[in-house]
Amino acid sequence: MPRKKINIPCKMEFLSVLDEKGKLDKNLEPDIPEDLLLKLYRAMLLGRRFDERMLSLQRQGRIGTFAPTSGQEASQVGSVAALRSSDWMVPSFREAAAQIWRGAPMENIILYFGGYNEGGRIEDTSKDLPISVPVASQILHAVGLGWAVNYRKTDEVVMVFFGDGATSEGDFHEGMNFAGVYQTPVIFLCQNNQWAISIPLSRQTHSETLAQKALGYGIPGIQVDGNDILAVYAAAKEAVERARSGGGPTMIECVTYRVTMHTTADDPKRYRTEDEVEGWKKKDPLVRFEKYLMDKKVATKDKFQAIETEVKEEIQAAVDRAEEQMKKLDDPLQMFEHAYAELPSSLKEQRAELAEELKGMHKEK
Amino acid sequence: MAKMTMVQALNMALRQEMEKDDRVVVLGEDVGVDGGVFRITDGLIDQFGDKRSLDTPLAESAIVGMSIGMAIYGLRPVCEIQFSGFSYHNFHQIENHASRYRWRSQGRYHVPMVLRAPYSGGVRALEHHSESREIYYAHMPGIKMVIPSGPRNARSLLISAIRDPDPVIFFESKALYRAFREEVPEDEETLPIGKSQIVRQGSDLTMISYGAMMRPTLEAASELEKNDGVQAEVIDLLTISPLDDETFVRSVKKTGRAIVVHEAPRSFGPGAEIAARLVEKAFFYLEAPIARVTGFDIIIPLFSREKSYIPSVQRILREAKKILNTG
Repeated sequence: MPRKKINIPCKMEFLSVLDEKGKLDKNLEPDIPEDLLLKLYRAMLLGRRFDERMLSLQRQGRIGTFAPTSGQEASQVGSVAALRSSDWMVPSFREAAAQIWRGAPMENIILYFGGYNEGGRIEDTSKDLPISVPVASQILHAVGLGWAVNYRKTDEVVMVFFGDGATSEGDFHEGMNFAGVYQTPVIFLCQNNQWAISIPLSRQTHSETLAQKALGYGIPGIQVDGNDILAVYAAAKEAVERARSGGGPTMIECVTYRVTMHTTADDPKRYRTEDEVEGWKKKDPLVRFEKYLMDKKVATKDKFQAIETEVKEEIQAAVDRAEEQMKKLDDPLQMFEHAYAELPSSLKEQRAELAEELKGMHKEK
Repeated sequence: MAKMTMVQALNMALRQEMEKDDRVVVLGEDVGVDGGVFRITDGLIDQFGDKRSLDTPLAESAIVGMSIGMAIYGLRPVCEIQFSGFSYHNFHQIENHASRYRWRSQGRYHVPMVLRAPYSGGVRALEHHSESREIYYAHMPGIKMVIPSGPRNARSLLISAIRDPDPVIFFESKALYRAFREEVPEDEETLPIGKSQIVRQGSDLTMISYGAMMRPTLEAASELEKNDGVQAEVIDLLTISPLDDETFVRSVKKTGRAIVVHEAPRSFGPGAEIAARLVEKAFFYLEAPIARVTGFDIIIPLFSREKSYIPSVQRILREAKKILNTG
């Protein structure tokens, strides 16, 4: 018997509850209370409007480069909504909607992308990590947090965000492997938005799905319609419950789309067609969710309008607060803060050098 | 007091810290059941179990990345990278994250982890097993780079490194692991990180070194006294970064002459930084050029020729005499 079948647990599913036309699969519909449904909608809309406002701030030169989130609100809000505030969230760099849901003040996000380190300050009550720019590298920190959770025998779980491009990086594979070996309570949340700057998914991987990569590490994986908040929430809830009850890690692939640019420094017209973008815009996560809420009689057009007004006021207030703070954050010596627990003497000397220059006492040679 | 090798002293430091503090977890390739390829973690698994002496899959980036997450959570991970020559797999985790979480989160999180790795030549090893690349880590803001030179200070410094609130890269010379024994007190002993030590007093010449090169440097100092009546002051840096320049600047102001000895390649090496500090802070006291006795700017040769690459007592003496005869 030189060749025989090896039985590997190989279940791979795609989950869609509310399709792009707003058609609902009643059997799969998660049981979400009305107030939570409205809260989810509000967070998605806030994410969208905040993103648009950030883009206009950037175009006006009031903040620097940032990575827009538009189109990915369901993936972000639906997944973090399954977490408790005592759980950990490890973002990459395109998760503003998720960060705001988790309690990050919008003015901090504006400050951060406005070039002020103070914006990176994580609140003492928060268990979110700050954003991480090198692709996939943050995945391993989530695994370390998860290992520590097991070590301390608490019931926290960890959710880590990354994109389709990250699945080509070694750190993704190492992280999944370690999480499998140690059965850490980590949810690997992949936002497959189809593009890693100019590289389409087909050039990122030859595999049918990204979720199936989990199987190679002995981890359950599921692919969901990432523009369907009900599907994302249902999958995230299942994964969180599994992790919390000692069932180990899960990978969730949210199939979504980056409808705008990679960052504000990018021009997507160089590598993809308008037709493609327009096709995805028809799958907008907000539009179908509005229809669902109206069909379910959870909200009316007037209610949506009221939320829209509220959200815009909230964003305006955050922009005002951020710009007010920026005026006060004019001390360049702040750059020496938080380098070490205690500043070494060589750094004290360098700090004094800058202080002297700032006082205008530095003699020109 | 017991006479111990550096291997035993490092093992003792880990054991004592693990007994005191359940946040301390040792992890890495082969550190558990096998006790580490150099046996630094020998027996820890028997005393503390396989969670606290954790065998990992073979992936350096994940070992370090996971340690970062553990440290952020509140543990005190001590990870072992089997050879510093394999630490490039994890280099970005140190440069991009371990060094930055305190700064990035503006003080909300910090990364109290230690990365231990053997470095240096002299043990007839394979390619990638003999390099001295401390400068890569010494150059990184947010990181501390420590290199002990013997069993007793290795034990004290490792304890300090584990308790340090910031990430510490701790390089151990393979050539020193079993080279000699020293009295190591059973009672707790620590040494401050960021502080060098004067290990030999003198007034004619300042010799600055660290790690495995302390032994030939001290031997050269004895030869100079014996044969030439020269009193050399010898400084053991112990911490490469942040660099304690006070001690060697004060010494050179007294002696007027300085020689730096390290195994790492010369260009942009620790000797370059030390020479620059001396020029900045003791220029008018210098009576001769600053000498550097170092590895050459090439890949360290395979072991049949490594002795000619690593600074020898003779090479140190030759350079020392040159500057002693200047001015």
